[in-house]
Amino acid sequence: MPARLVFLGRLEDLAGAPELTVAAGPLAQVLAALDRELAIALLVDRVRLALNGEVLAERGGIVLADGDELAFLPPVSGG
Amino acid sequence: MTCDVRLLTQAFDPASAQADFAAAHPAAGGIVSFLGQVRCGDGVAALELRHYGPLTLPGMEELAEQARRRWVLDGLLVVHRSGTMAPGDPIVLVAAAARHRRDAFAGAEFVMDHLKSDSWFWKRELAGGVWRWIEPRHEDFDDIARWN
Repeated sequence: MPARLVFLGRLEDLAGAPELTVAAGPLAQVLAALDRELAIALLVDRVRLALNGEVLAERGGIVLADGDELAFLPPVSGG
Repeated sequence: MTCDVRLLTQAFDPASAQADFAAAHPAAGGIVSFLGQVRCGDGVAALELRHYGPLTLPGMEELAEQARRRWVLDGLLVVHRSGTMAPGDPIVLVAAAARHRRDAFAGAEFVMDHLKSDSWFWKRELAGGVWRWIEPRHEDFDDIARWN
């Protein structure tokens, strides 16, 4: 079972889809396989990450396992 | 003390939600409520709010819990829409019931300020046939900074 990337807000437009299925592995390797413009947008500091529903304090050393869901959360603009 | 926190993907009737909330808290001396609705004008034809299932409702519940700990409230109601809305549609309803009005005012305002700038929602507007994502506003961050 592969891993899934989930894109919120404007990142969904950039990715062209709300979700993307990717092969499991280190995040750096996963991002390297993506469209370059999208990968750069995902790496911006103010985009936060949530792995399986838990917001991550930092993004170093992430390795996606099969079945993982990694969400990319741009700055919120709610209410 | 009860916290009633709802994330809705369909339209809701704020008047009946408020009436039910008031009826459920007869001991409260005061109820403060805030209703946010889609602004008419500015050429905006529709507004869409997106949320992220694993985070958005749990975050709203944690926010309500913070308000409950911080003020003496009898009840707190938080209703927030997700999905596409038309001008005039309700977006958010916050109501705080308390024995004393100051707790109700402060609790409702605290929740509202944090919903605006610190909750997992993303917003875009349809104007002139084009959807445009809305960036966070500095005023919103100023609004929550004063609660620290």
